[in-house]
Amino acid sequence: MNQEIKKNSIIRLFNVSKRYNGKFALKDINLDIEQGEFILISGPSGAGKSTLLKVLYLAERVSEGHILIDGMNLARISSSRLPLLRRRFGMVFQDFKLIPNRTVYENVAIVLEAAGEKPDYIRKKVMQVLRTTDMDKKAKALPQTLSGGEQQRVAVARALVGEPSIILADEPTGSLDEKSARAVIDSIMEYHKKGATVLIATHNLHLLENAVRGINIEITEGMIKRTATML
Amino acid sequence: MSHFIKKALTDIRLNRFLNLVTIFTISLSILVASVFLLFFENAGRVIEAWNQGGRVMIYLKDNFTMDMMPELKDRINGLGNIREIIFISKDEALDRLKKEILFNSDFLRTLQENPLPDAFEIKMKSYSSLEEVEAFAQKIKEIEIVEDVEYGQGWLGKFLKIFTLFKITGYAMCSLFFLVALFITSNTVRLAFYSRKIEVEVMRLVGATETFIKAPFYVEGILQGFFGGVLGLVILLITYLMISSGLTQNLSSYIYFDIRFLSINTIILIIFISTFLGWFGCYLSLKQILK
Repeated sequence: MNQEIKKNSIIRLFNVSKRYNGKFALKDINLDIEQGEFILISGPSGAGKSTLLKVLYLAERVSEGHILIDGMNLARISSSRLPLLRRRFGMVFQDFKLIPNRTVYENVAIVLEAAGEKPDYIRKKVMQVLRTTDMDKKAKALPQTLSGGEQQRVAVARALVGEPSIILADEPTGSLDEKSARAVIDSIMEYHKKGATVLIATHNLHLLENAVRGINIEITEGMIKRTATML
Repeated sequence: MSHFIKKALTDIRLNRFLNLVTIFTISLSILVASVFLLFFENAGRVIEAWNQGGRVMIYLKDNFTMDMMPELKDRINGLGNIREIIFISKDEALDRLKKEILFNSDFLRTLQENPLPDAFEIKMKSYSSLEEVEAFAQKIKEIEIVEDVEYGQGWLGKFLKIFTLFKITGYAMCSLFFLVALFITSNTVRLAFYSRKIEVEVMRLVGATETFIKAPFYVEGILQGFFGGVLGLVILLITYLMISSGLTQNLSSYIYFDIRFLSINTIILIIFISTFLGWFGCYLSLKQILK
């Protein structure tokens, strides 16, 4: 995967390293991910899975190397263009990152509001996505009144509502029971089938390994230990 | 824009107490500043009225005779800045006095001779300073036949000194209260920002621009400043309505003086300044937090 250059590359990493206080969180990572691929990033806790996702959406800058997203070099991206880059991503986190004093509807709508969409479109689109994640009946609820599984479905709805070309999910099922975790993965998989590139970082492989076709990248101590095709 | 206003209003509603305290603090600062402005405007009108219709009384020595009148008038006119000269003879002055002090008529009747001097009442053109009037009076005093010159130097001098003192105190107090209001506003924005830290983080993650993130805070600051200014003026208006009629009535025995509320231009200026204060407090706070 790191040797051959793919035709429809959407994410490319060249010798990417990330250090915190001199210690490598990522070391010499080379990746070439094609549009529409499903990538599972696995490995033990602290291996560097989350850091890998963070450098992709520029929550962290790399210490060395280069990242290209759809041809854009992240090292050269200006702060004014950063929001445009982030709109290409839909992100799901283990801790949901929902705004506590905003309703389910408002939490999802914020993506489209930030993109400057018109109110009519926002209303229509948000309700549509909430229906696909089965959260439309709780549109007016506040996050703290929802279960963990429901909160994560809201987070997934928020990630999908802007129709991004890439989904980044960092341990999306980490704090969920089996049934809720399955519902979250199903929503993401549905979206992946429409052509989106999906990168999921998890150490909880059993839900995904037999459910999807894709590539499993195993990371240990910040380095790619193994890549395997999941069939 | 309506989106930002809606967001700001929602946040004000959610952090009701904090926002009310801020609006009230701004209103107090505006109130203090407005009280001084109210004083300056009214005192300014008194000075202006005096400048425009200023009166100087020239009292003449006993040896004045009517033959000296034309020459004396010419000399006074020659000093310039005079609109009108009226001669008041000692008999005319006594008649006026008798009319004005009716209850003392017995005392006046017993007078053997008229103690009042002949005088000139001079209505002056506009003057820009008390020093100018003093110089004018000094020149008149130099005329041999002139006994004394009176132009309200006592009360006017004192009034101008108090006015200047109030001006300095006013500037100092206004600056102090504006600084307090600025500090409170910027602190409220800071607290609002920290209470919405997750929201800001999420907005950044979903691709919101810095303008989109900051705008609701600015709108909030502007609204706080605006409502603080309006509230301060409303408090001042109520206080003014309660005390102004009584004060005018009490003062009317001594001087004609009607206290007026702030002019529309000053009201607009105050609201503009308080709104700016809200915005500037927000700007300082966000600049520090988001650097």
